[in-house]
Amino acid sequence: MIRKSLTVLVIDENHIRASIIEAGLREAGHEQVTVVHDVAGIARRIAEIEPDVIVIDLENPNRDMLENMFQLSRVVKRPIAMFVDRSDQASIEAAVEAGVSAYVVDGLRQERVKPILDMAISRFNAFSRMARELEEARSELEDRKLIDRAKGILMRSRGLSEEAAYALLRKTAMNQNRKISEIAQSLVTAAGLLDPGES
Amino acid sequence: MAAEHQINAGFMPLFDSAVLVAAKEIGFAAREGVDLTLSRETSWANIRDRIAIGHFDLAHMLGPMPIACNVGLTPLASDTIVPFSLGLGGNCVTVSTTLWAGMAAHGALPDLDPARAGKALGALIRERANAGRDPLRFAVVHPHSGHNYELRYWLAACGIDPSREIEIVIVPPPFMADALAAGRIDGYCAGEPWNSASVVAGTGHIATVKATIWKTSPEKVVGVRKAWAEKHPEALSALLRALHHAARWCQDPANRGELAALMAQPSFLGLSPALQMPILTGHLALGGGAELTVEDFFLPFGKAANFPWKSHALWFYTQMVRWGQVKHSAAHMALARDTYRPDLYRAALKPLGVALPGANAKVEGALTAATPVGSAGASLALGPDGFFDGRIFDPDRIDDYLAIRDWAMPTS
Repeated sequence: MIRKSLTVLVIDENHIRASIIEAGLREAGHEQVTVVHDVAGIARRIAEIEPDVIVIDLENPNRDMLENMFQLSRVVKRPIAMFVDRSDQASIEAAVEAGVSAYVVDGLRQERVKPILDMAISRFNAFSRMARELEEARSELEDRKLIDRAKGILMRSRGLSEEAAYALLRKTAMNQNRKISEIAQSLVTAAGLLDPGES
Repeated sequence: MAAEHQINAGFMPLFDSAVLVAAKEIGFAAREGVDLTLSRETSWANIRDRIAIGHFDLAHMLGPMPIACNVGLTPLASDTIVPFSLGLGGNCVTVSTTLWAGMAAHGALPDLDPARAGKALGALIRERANAGRDPLRFAVVHPHSGHNYELRYWLAACGIDPSREIEIVIVPPPFMADALAAGRIDGYCAGEPWNSASVVAGTGHIATVKATIWKTSPEKVVGVRKAWAEKHPEALSALLRALHHAARWCQDPANRGELAALMAQPSFLGLSPALQMPILTGHLALGGGAELTVEDFFLPFGKAANFPWKSHALWFYTQMVRWGQVKHSAAHMALARDTYRPDLYRAALKPLGVALPGANAKVEGALTAATPVGSAGASLALGPDGFFDGRIFDPDRIDDYLAIRDWAMPTS
């Protein structure tokens, strides 16, 4: 028996994450994938596309609107329920933890949907990891800039060498059990208060 | 003192989450040995899901939502109980300035009178229909919400069929003002501060309020996963006592400034403290320079506001039946009645020696004035609790209530 391929609708306001999901679906052989970033006019789009599976990010505040639309089911062919089988508690938990939810046309068999959901979960998690790493790199860069400015202040005001200025920051941080960047921030703030030209 | 109880709770950015927020931030929870973690959510669906899978033990919920879960109206529902109500009133019906101008031309006045506003709206709707124009579109926050039911109740009593003569859509509360300003909707029923937000923006006019459609009527509740409550009765009792003290603090006019500043913080509502004041004082700017003070506009504590009346649960149930969301049956009605748990509220608060209602349910709409119902030593006032159309809801005569076909008030 030849199975009709599933039609998948991805609703995600985050363009980058949506394209990562879309790429994942296409790699898995799903050709009928539609991505929507903005829920304006979504009822008409759903009526046109008639998706078998809808993947949506949990940050989306329009879930209540979508669920209401599914329940009224005037625009959607058949009622849609979240997940195929609510006995699959582990999947549901993994999805909510990853920040993704799925709605599935009633009657669709679980083994056909599970790979889609699993893929979405892993890609959502990968995206979060990437975003976190990016944020860490950004804050590390900012810390380094802050420490450089604090070193400059110490070098000018106390006539220290760069190494001595850094050693002083480091020693103070250790004594106060704080991060060097925190000491640097305090110093830059204090210097700014004492001399508006230095900030 | 290390906290004895860890409790995770979800909330939506609405002012009536204040009692939960104050319990955490002002220290009432800590004083009861509860380490309360609050997580802001973006949809009621997320709150329902996170309760179901155990991320949250309890949450700020729309009053009808736990009933909808228990009678099986929602996907991924879990048994949810209501041992505490987060307040009475607090919602408004806000319309666009264009719609208000049309209503005013048909006799609406800036007095929040539901009957007068509804009559004017009905006349305008028929005029539009005769001219072949599209029906007006109103938004509510959720199908299983006090907002949806009070909007429909108001319209139907004014002779407008909310299922045919207007369109009702769902819009998340923080988006209401934008949707109204952009003309995507003509009006909405939502909690504060999302009505005052439209008035301040100059794009909306408050037409009527929940506190005049049905005085001292139920709104948000604390919904608790039943399995958690059964496993942790002491944690729940401790939390309910903390919420009781927090609610009393929220009601005290001396704390308004501090509460407004607290709720204004980015992690809660992220709107100016000034925008938090109308719900606290009941003094509303209606739009176009009109102002009015509404008695009992929002009660986080007074008039037994925190008591989970079974008659409130049953009234919500009758509205679910009335608007075709659930089929009436003895089993469904029992599920709705058992959702609200005054027994747990009473058990938790008994050691405090505060006044507690003796009954679990009351006839809604029977009190035309504030009425003392003091139990020994401590006094308690209830009401007025009237519906604007003068109807009475007797929880012992639900079949009669559901049998009513003609809800329209006699036209004068």
